[in-house]
Amino acid sequence: MQLPDAEILLKSLAKKIRSEGDKDFVLVGIHTGGVWLAERLHQELGVTQPLGTLDVSFYRDDFDKIGLHSQVKPSEIPFEVEGAHIILVDDVLYTGRTIRAAINELFDYGRPASISLATLVDRGGRELPIAAQYTGIALELPVDKMLELKREENGKLSLNLYDKRLPE
Amino acid sequence: MINGNPQLDENGVLQHLLTTEGLPASILLHILDTAESFVGVTERDVKKIPLLRGKSIFNLFFEPSTRTRTTFEIAAKRLSADVINLNIAVSAQSKGETLLDTVNNLSAMNADMFIVRHAQSGAAHLIAKHVRSDIHVINAGDGSHAHPTQALLDMFTIRRYKHDFHNLRVAIVGDILHSRVARSQIHALTTLGVPEVRVIAPKTLLPRMVERLGVHVYHDMAKGLKDVDVVIMLRLQNERMKGANLPSPEEFFKYYGLTPEKLALARHDAIVMHPGPMNRGVEIDSAVADGKQSVILPQVTFGIAVRMAVMSILAGNQI
Repeated sequence: MQLPDAEILLKSLAKKIRSEGDKDFVLVGIHTGGVWLAERLHQELGVTQPLGTLDVSFYRDDFDKIGLHSQVKPSEIPFEVEGAHIILVDDVLYTGRTIRAAINELFDYGRPASISLATLVDRGGRELPIAAQYTGIALELPVDKMLELKREENGKLSLNLYDKRLPE
Repeated sequence: MINGNPQLDENGVLQHLLTTEGLPASILLHILDTAESFVGVTERDVKKIPLLRGKSIFNLFFEPSTRTRTTFEIAAKRLSADVINLNIAVSAQSKGETLLDTVNNLSAMNADMFIVRHAQSGAAHLIAKHVRSDIHVINAGDGSHAHPTQALLDMFTIRRYKHDFHNLRVAIVGDILHSRVARSQIHALTTLGVPEVRVIAPKTLLPRMVERLGVHVYHDMAKGLKDVDVVIMLRLQNERMKGANLPSPEEFFKYYGLTPEKLALARHDAIVMHPGPMNRGVEIDSAVADGKQSVILPQVTFGIAVRMAVMSILAGNQI
């Protein structure tokens, strides 16, 4: 299956945010792919406020099933969340559970004025009432496939499709 | 229970934290890395995350302790667990109930985790072997055997200030003989690759054949502190001072108390640590305890993050 070029999607996503996101916003990337994407958008859009990053491991709803993620990274929110217009950034939007966890975590830092969502690929399959305001592309993918963003050493982003690893 | 380490299941996954002895560096580092993320949580306005919501954690303290019990309690509460504190020294045991009966009763109340402090070495191991497989046990100090979360928070503190374990000289000073903290530290330091661990103490306060743990033994502070990067002072327990091991607190201070003059023999950027509670003027001079090189209070802060990490890793490692 031919996957779209992540670099082209990134440009079109940046364009959408630039034209529609009229407010003074801050960007928050979700580890790991979302942070890579957010770093690039931050640069592309010339956002002056520093970039925030979230690792939602402590807020996931599958802790009782799979335990703690093996490599939890610190969340860093280097700005005041209270009253901020936040654009959450994730590489792939699927069930919506990661976004639910991220919203919960953000509220533990303060009460933002608004949160919207930017994603490179919306692959459908939502299990929660969550929608992205800015989408690079919408793709219907079979449930047994996993879509991931990769970053090469030169910083170039690409999309990769895997067979879903079945639980052992 | 295979491979003789009751802390790990057959896949090498951590189920209980009883001692740092025999734990691979990968598990120690995983705990330290996870704790880094919890430091961020403890610095926020809302210092609570929902990870262990609905879990019941029992603090079983068969020996009095304020600080350790409190830090475990804070750690559990910041993970949204329900914490039940049992000061068993003054309850069931005084009515004649056995240790395992107490544990059975609490297990029947649907406990998810036990934090155990006991004067008897091996008490936490005994409980870990006895409980249902879905209950996790953390040793919060057993006799003079082990105190793994203290050692881990010390490793975390060392890494925070010194960044790498592989080029360090670490000196542990004082009553090594009775110290569960020292034993756990020595195992953790050597596993994490610290090339030179020293112990400095009078002969009467050193365990026999302590060299077998991979440490260098010194009886003289001036020699032992020379060029070290980290100085860990141990608490001299009041009850030991009355015994035959020591002449007097004053005399101990004279030879083994950490003063600014003695500290000056260590590297200029050496850090000073102490597990607390401190005996000022016995093992440590106030000028050092409150001085620039002291990281004693950061140790307390990091202790909460480290205990949150241990609890959440264990609770997540369900069989």
